[in-house]
Amino acid sequence: MNRYFWVLGAFIALVVLLAVGLNLNPRDVPSPLVGKPAPAFRLAVLGQEGQTMGPEDLKGKVWLFNVWASWCVSCRQEHPVLVDFARRGNGTPIVGLNYKELRGDGAIDMRRVPAEQEVPLALERASGWLKTHGDPYLLTVMDIDGRVGIDYGVYGVPETYVIDKTGIIRMKHTGPISPQILNEKILPLVAELNK
Amino acid sequence: MIPELGHFALIFSAIVALLLGTLPLIGAHQGRPAWIALARPATDVFALLVTFSFLCLTWAFIANDFSVVYVAQHSNSLLPIEYRISAVWGGHEGSLLLWMLMMSWWALAVRLFSRQLPDVMLARVLGTLGLVCFGFLLFILFTSNPFERLLPGVAEGRDLNPLLQDPGLIIHPPLLYMGYVGFSVAYAFAIAALLSGKLDAAWARWSRPWTTAAWVFLTLGIAMGSWWAYYELGWGGWWFWDPVENASFMPWLIGTALMHSLAATEKRGSFKNWTVLLAISAFSLSLLGTFLVRSGVLTSVHAFATDPTRGIFILIFLVAVVGTSLALFAWRAPSVGLGGKFGLVSRESLLLTNNVLLVVSCATVLLGTLYPLLIDALGLGKISVGPPYFDAVFVPVMVPVLFLMGIAPFARWKEASLPEIQRAVRWALAAAAVVAIALPLIYGEWKTLTALGILLAGWILFTAGLNFFQRVSATRGERSLLASVFSQPASFAGMHLAHIGVAVFVVGVAMVSSYEEEKDVKMAPGETVEVSGYSFTFNGVQAVQGPNYQAAQGEFDLSMDGRFIRKLNPEKRNYFSSSMPMTEAAIDAGLWRDVYVSLGEPINPDQPEGEWAVRVYYKPFVDWIWGGCVIMSLGGLIAMFDRRYRNRRKTGGKQA
Repeated sequence: MNRYFWVLGAFIALVVLLAVGLNLNPRDVPSPLVGKPAPAFRLAVLGQEGQTMGPEDLKGKVWLFNVWASWCVSCRQEHPVLVDFARRGNGTPIVGLNYKELRGDGAIDMRRVPAEQEVPLALERASGWLKTHGDPYLLTVMDIDGRVGIDYGVYGVPETYVIDKTGIIRMKHTGPISPQILNEKILPLVAELNK
Repeated sequence: MIPELGHFALIFSAIVALLLGTLPLIGAHQGRPAWIALARPATDVFALLVTFSFLCLTWAFIANDFSVVYVAQHSNSLLPIEYRISAVWGGHEGSLLLWMLMMSWWALAVRLFSRQLPDVMLARVLGTLGLVCFGFLLFILFTSNPFERLLPGVAEGRDLNPLLQDPGLIIHPPLLYMGYVGFSVAYAFAIAALLSGKLDAAWARWSRPWTTAAWVFLTLGIAMGSWWAYYELGWGGWWFWDPVENASFMPWLIGTALMHSLAATEKRGSFKNWTVLLAISAFSLSLLGTFLVRSGVLTSVHAFATDPTRGIFILIFLVAVVGTSLALFAWRAPSVGLGGKFGLVSRESLLLTNNVLLVVSCATVLLGTLYPLLIDALGLGKISVGPPYFDAVFVPVMVPVLFLMGIAPFARWKEASLPEIQRAVRWALAAAAVVAIALPLIYGEWKTLTALGILLAGWILFTAGLNFFQRVSATRGERSLLASVFSQPASFAGMHLAHIGVAVFVVGVAMVSSYEEEKDVKMAPGETVEVSGYSFTFNGVQAVQGPNYQAAQGEFDLSMDGRFIRKLNPEKRNYFSSSMPMTEAAIDAGLWRDVYVSLGEPINPDQPEGEWAVRVYYKPFVDWIWGGCVIMSLGGLIAMFDRRYRNRRKTGGKQA
């Protein structure tokens, strides 16, 4: 051993840090909403004209709140996981929040969409998407202008919230849910909250 | 067919790199001339294969071959030809191939310009480069193959990220990579010297021009990137302390330290171990930068599409390259002798101080860059480290560096006299102080930090001039003044020019950070806004059609004191392939100031002919920032061509 080994030592410490860092997701920012009541809203339900829904309707149940849109590529990747979750049917409802169906789509020039057509067009696209890919949702509410998304601090689609029986947000996941995250994080949490 | 040829060429080049990286090194160790002699032809074949492979990928882009995944992801048939070519390095896979191309050319350059290098030494240098290339090629072939096919092909590609469709991108990455990769040569020389156990003045002299060359490229590459961000991102900044910027800045700081330390090693045989360690560090930091950018451990505006297997591969590669180098260093360093003694005040001690400060500043940047990762890894939460940290920590370390820059050229090697230096430079200090007090007062507002910046810049400028002319008159003899100026060694002139570049840079930073003005305003056509005496009259916005985008182009009349200067046309572009609108700022550049307009959004999206959010800037001396970098590079370039490097090599050749 000699004193020149300290450089090597420092390098090894750096490598350990980087190796740990590889398993972390820097985009996974904790939400300040965790532990707080789910922000209230009342939005139109997709496919059931005249119906609206808000978080208080599900008081007493543990439920998932999943933000999606037909233009969101990662949602397509996540979707089978949700469909599988719904099919396994442990009774946990998933509520979809369709987020800025038209306004969020970069391929659409909103200046060319007449204001009165925005809602019907969005409903048509959203229900079409669920028809092709399967519908895991108890129901989907339409956040056409993205205001509810602002209340929930949505900054990337998809996002998923786990909300407990008293209406408190217990977890937030940004980005698509992988089977691993579903099995290791979401399912245990739901089981625990259901106790 | 052609992409497959490129792929095969790349596989063959990996085999050649493995041969280059093993046989000559073993041959050098065991003294087998035939194996040593393999280094030169293997380098030629290697460079040829990699170049061919790169051309194949370029052809796929030019021919719009969207059956290649990488081409389909980064190009489009509407993309103009110059951007189709630069799109070759617009993504992860292709930029790695570009990296490889540069590395093969550096190896080829070493082989061509080092005819006088002893064969054994050359074999070790090229062999080391070969091994590093082999590692990179494995990385490309196994995790990032740019030639992968998409079958069946698609009719149209996804297009190049609009941010990258800019002349700046055509040159920024190649320059930067030339710099990064160039440090591999200094690294290879250091490893070769460690292997041979001969860390002598000759080794330092051979390393110097290569290190300087890499440094010149890196300086230009960083400056180019900074300039590009300034005019392309539309918010007027030039440096953001983004992790990826830091990743390029750290090798620059260490490379700067290395150049200075090499000078001491060459002239006086001092700091040999230190120099070797810096050479290893500069290249290691280039690799670390690659890891940070491409593994996704840090969030950054530059983030490439990330893939965990890539991160693991680069990490293993990093461990292999840096770990073995540092182990070799730890094993060999104790047997390396110390250089000549030197006094407390001497050129050596000043260079050493400069080195320590540069390394400390690099360490602060490294700490700030990795700190979010460290805190996250310890489970202590998410934080981000931004400009306030870097400004607070980096600037104080740089102040003494700038101060010493003025003194060091006056100090003699071995032992210098402090009173003598003081006598020489006191007028320079006085002159700098006058400028530092006068300039802020002319600009109407006293700012202490700006005054300090100007003081240091003036100090460097005047001491450089003083030192240069002292030497010119001392060596003049019977010649004319001009003849004496031009007979100075290139490395001496280059050093002072580079230092002056630093002074120019400091002036730019000091002035723009204090006296810039910006206004965010809502403007209707016909309205006028005034910033620092310039008035901008908004004439409205019209639709303009580009090759692969549609733009809203604004028109502004720039005038001063009622005198019309020019029209400015900032644009807001919507590329067909992307949902993100792009801002093209309009800049009236000048030696003393830039005025800069960028279009925000229309206040009412339905009425683009109505009011717009507009940003106008007045930026005094901002171009000095990049001008200073160009002068620094020019200084490096001149120093590189010092006669001494060529002459000594020639005499070395005669002896051999």
